[in-house]
Amino acid sequence: MSKLLVQEKEIVVPGQDLAEGMDYLPGEDVIRDKDKLVSTKLGIVGLSGRLVRIVPLNGPYVPKRGDLVIGKIVGVGIGGWRVNIGWPFEANLSVKDATSDFIEKGSDLSKYFNYGDYIIVEIVNVASSKIIDLSMKGPGLRKLGSGRLITIPATKVPRVIGKQGSMISLVKDYTGCKISVGQNGIIWLKGDEPKKELLAIKAINKIENESHISGLTDRMKEFLEREKNGL
Amino acid sequence: MVYEKRLDGRKFDELRPVEANVGVVKRAAGSAMFKIGKTIAIAAVYGPRELYPQVFQNPTNGVLRCNYNMMAFSGSGDRVRPGPSRRSKEISLVMEKALLPVVDLSGYAGTVVDVFVELVQTDAGTRCAGICAAAMALADAGIPMKDLVSSVAVGRVGGKIVLDLSKEEEDYEGHATDIATAFSTRMGQVTLLQMDGEVSREELKKALELAKSGCEKIKEIQVKALKAKYVGDLNE
Amino acid sequence: MSNIIREHLLELFSKDFRLDGRKFDQYRDIKVEYGISSRSAEGSARVKIGNTEVNVELLPLSNPEFESGPPGIEAVELSRVVDRAIREGKALNFKKLCITPKEQMWIVLIDIYPVNDAGNLFDAAALAALAALKDAKFPKIEDGKISYRESTGQKLPLEKLPLSCTVYKIGNYFLVDPVSEEELIVDARLTVGVLEDGTLCSLQKGGDFGLNPEEVDQMVDVAVKKTKELRKVL
Repeated sequence: MSKLLVQEKEIVVPGQDLAEGMDYLPGEDVIRDKDKLVSTKLGIVGLSGRLVRIVPLNGPYVPKRGDLVIGKIVGVGIGGWRVNIGWPFEANLSVKDATSDFIEKGSDLSKYFNYGDYIIVEIVNVASSKIIDLSMKGPGLRKLGSGRLITIPATKVPRVIGKQGSMISLVKDYTGCKISVGQNGIIWLKGDEPKKELLAIKAINKIENESHISGLTDRMKEFLEREKNGL
Repeated sequence: MVYEKRLDGRKFDELRPVEANVGVVKRAAGSAMFKIGKTIAIAAVYGPRELYPQVFQNPTNGVLRCNYNMMAFSGSGDRVRPGPSRRSKEISLVMEKALLPVVDLSGYAGTVVDVFVELVQTDAGTRCAGICAAAMALADAGIPMKDLVSSVAVGRVGGKIVLDLSKEEEDYEGHATDIATAFSTRMGQVTLLQMDGEVSREELKKALELAKSGCEKIKEIQVKALKAKYVGDLNE
Repeated sequence: MSNIIREHLLELFSKDFRLDGRKFDQYRDIKVEYGISSRSAEGSARVKIGNTEVNVELLPLSNPEFESGPPGIEAVELSRVVDRAIREGKALNFKKLCITPKEQMWIVLIDIYPVNDAGNLFDAAALAALAALKDAKFPKIEDGKISYRESTGQKLPLEKLPLSCTVYKIGNYFLVDPVSEEELIVDARLTVGVLEDGTLCSLQKGGDFGLNPEEVDQMVDVAVKKTKELRKVL
């Protein structure tokens, strides 16, 4: 007899029982211990059908294949670049994955991306914690121009983006800013006025701090409406 | 002299007053404070980060590294000499072993998760308080764990098995038995067990039972502190 | 690599077999030699458990804080665990180490030298330390000067003999006195200090995994039984 022991959006701790019985399946940050599903993190319960997962309230960013991330060039080599994506180990961007343009062998790669440049890329392979491969071949992937960079916990990124991008679109619409959100918690934004950029940052921080409190979408609409009028 | 009433009036299975807070060191990935009686421990977690020197890296698992330190002014009399002593190195080791059974670092191969435990005030039960704080700090940092480890000292004072010895009890008549324990109450497992003093096998059994129930009470407080960081906002 | 070794060893264990054919609660051959060091008239001993060999010398210097170089954490734990059993087992009556009240007293320093580690250093070191203590005699004092070369023949006041036995858990098996290959795959260990009357005087749990209270009790049971046997060896 399967039984759910918690509710959606309930805050749980590591070691807390979430469900009994084999009907429920362990999702992200949930493990099975005999016939019980157990949380391995401090976070919020999320249910989709029979899948029980945890949205952690905090945690390091762990690189996953398919993630779009914002990284910083920290090494320029012969066949490619080394990129810091907020993980203890640097990721690789090889020349062939960076561009379809023909780059002559032996040419100075710093002409394309140099130390300190920020890029938005896709993680195409995680062979081990030390071998992470990136690619810039894809829509929207590019070197980032001047703009502002902020960092939020990677665990808050889904909330900042919202369902099908609805939350971040809200912020973009009200502030007129261009915003790119990396799954690793690094966010790049650029507006036509510093005040608008500041508002966007305030909005993102608000989402980050209140992510676990329901009614966020309405609150954000109110907040942005209020602040926009004050601009 | 038979120990009929505890020196501070507590029941034999009663803890000293406990306080716990999470997120006290903002710069750390995770942190917590645990206070029991007058003993105060603060734990801060940093990482996962790259482990130097590389030769100590584990290719399949992250490494957990604990560092126990008593602050210079934490004692009740003389200044504590700064720097690692043999005692603090041993405590760092047993603390790490107390937490390792529940921590899952398989996704962090080659890295280290550092846990720094500082004793701000010491009044018996310091390594236990340190472990309680460290467990909360690891949860706060989002390090995956199968359970929260709870830790408390039990002992035999004046012939009686007691929970959470005070400093006076540790020194009682020169021959109290002090048993430091830690439990993963969910798994029913002892992860720390050290004893100074004498005890019979039967007494040890009773002491462990008492320790387990003491740890269960402490766990409730740890859980509350972790949730309080977020639940508080919901009530506003 | 250790996974393949572990699988293989567990298979052996399931067939009631250890690497060298011993039973799970069987120690290797134990040899104890007293007075191995000619230069220190104080006390010394050598213990061999199988191929594991530990030498212990006692140096009753009158200067504390002697530590040669920073030891690694294994050395720190080993020495503290050996110390714990002796200190908490009240092996020495410290009052009897007084030379002149409030002025001079003997300090006993036990130096443990593992000569070869073929597994189970904890027990070999503890046994050797106790053997050295048994062998120790006070140096002579003449006119207030200590003459380390000559001994009085008067033995150290050993009141109790706390013996240590470390029980190791591998999978569902408990065993004592592992060889190095067995030690590599140990899940948890419990070092128990036991007095002659079966009273426990020290405990130290090691290893990366936990133990449930029943396992602790079982391991203590093994330790109490084995220390009775070890006592005959001293």
